[in-house]
Amino acid sequence: MRKTATKIVLSACSVAVMTGSLMLTPFSTASAAEAAKSAADKGKAVAVNRKQGNCLACHAMGDGTLPGNIGPALVNIKLRFPNRAVLREQIWDATTRNPNSIMPPFGRHKMLSEEQIDQIVEYVYTL
Amino acid sequence: MKRLLTTILVIGLFGAFTAPAMAAPEDELKKFRSYFEKRFPKTPFNDFINGVYSIDPASRAQWEEIEEFPPYELNLDKGKKLFNTPFANGKTYASCFENGGEGIANRYPFFDKDSGKVVTLEAAINTCRSANGEKPLKYKKGAMADISAYMHYTTRGKLTNVEVPNDPRAMAIYKEGKSQFYAKRGQMNMSCADCHVYNAGNKIRADLLSPALGHTTHFPVYRSKWGGMGTLHRRYGGCNKQVRAKPLKAQGPEYTALEYFHTYMSNGLEINGPGARK
Ligand code: HEC
Ligand code: HEC
Repeated sequence: MRKTATKIVLSACSVAVMTGSLMLTPFSTASAAEAAKSAADKGKAVAVNRKQGNCLACHAMGDGTLPGNIGPALVNIKLRFPNRAVLREQIWDATTRNPNSIMPPFGRHKMLSEEQIDQIVEYVYTL
Repeated sequence: MKRLLTTILVIGLFGAFTAPAMAAPEDELKKFRSYFEKRFPKTPFNDFINGVYSIDPASRAQWEEIEEFPPYELNLDKGKKLFNTPFANGKTYASCFENGGEGIANRYPFFDKDSGKVVTLEAAINTCRSANGEKPLKYKKGAMADISAYMHYTTRGKLTNVEVPNDPRAMAIYKEGKSQFYAKRGQMNMSCADCHVYNAGNKIRADLLSPALGHTTHFPVYRSKWGGMGTLHRRYGGCNKQVRAKPLKAQGPEYTALEYFHTYMSNGLEINGPGARK
């Protein structure tokens, strides 16, 4: 009985959350940009986390401290990677472009989720 | 320009190693050595025995100070004592080795014609123990590392001299070791060569990567991170873990083959073990 009650409360909550987010969308015109910003923020957190992206092990990147220098500094990414798919593939599986790359294949080896990789792409585009 | 040059070198090296006709180990050794000599023109050949300090003047002075009052002194004393203490049957380690076990570590690992296997110094220490009715020692640290450290200490100054005879069994182990060294592994998909050949001298986060040339001359090492001595295979396991690969068994066939290849590549370099490291 208690279980059912919890369930009901929970689903009521999620309905509220869903309607909430649905309602928010049409209100804000800058929502796409905001969503991208929040994805980029999340991406940055994943990128600098030593147990996740740990990109700083090899790349100078934004304001990250003590970067390694195995890979090139991540700068001007929009210019270097006008094609989003190419950038995403570099992170998903660097061996596509360079079969002997030392850069870990974050997607192919399931080190990061697809969503985390999208967030990192968003972040890297701000650099 | 430097990057381009490196790339060309890397391709050259890689091409050579994967050439269909099996190049003789001597040719591979020459290429390996000259790759590092070109990459680090300021490092005299025999200085590669000092690992990362051979290419990093910034950290070298501090390390030289440490080596003046080495943290492994106590381990050397223990190793010497263990080495000279008779087994229950009255014999000692000296009875198992050429020249009473003094100054011989530079010839390990060696290919044993009778068994068709490669024998590392640590494996020989345990073979000696079992031949004398003693229990084997663990391979990564403790008494084994101390005895090995002492035996390397008495070999200091001699040149690494590992032979790969023209015997298909020896060649097979050498090839296995080479592929252990160059194969990408672990979730991070990195080979030993990725870090210690192609990126030697580069920084991974704050750590400068040491050249593989000279790696084996100063083992076992005392590491402050370990708070004690560790054997080469202990380090192999640590480097496997760094790339989220499962460490293999110390003294198992894979690491033994890896040590055979890895040490062969340092032929001609002085033994200076044990060493002190971060
Ligand atoms: C162990 C080293 C290593 C790690 C960790 C690493 N990279 Fe790389 N990265 C490289 C190297 C080396 C290159 C050069 C191209 C190649 O070999 O793939 C590179 C290239 C790139 C490029 C292309 C840069 C350009 O200008 O062409 C991008 C973008 C990139 N990495 C992003 C990342 C991100 C994001 C992460 C973390 C999620 C990351 N890398 C983690 C080594 C690394
Ligand atoms: C992700 C990069 C990476 C990979 C891959 C890697 N290592 Fe290391 N290794 C390091 C770092 C960092 C150190 C500590 C700094 C140094 O001395 O290079 C180290 C240290 C060592 C040392 C000790 C050097 C010394 O002078 O004390 C040896 C030996 C070694 N590695 C061998 C190997 C072998 C063999 C493999 C493959 C099984 C391997 N490494 C794979 C990063 C790596």
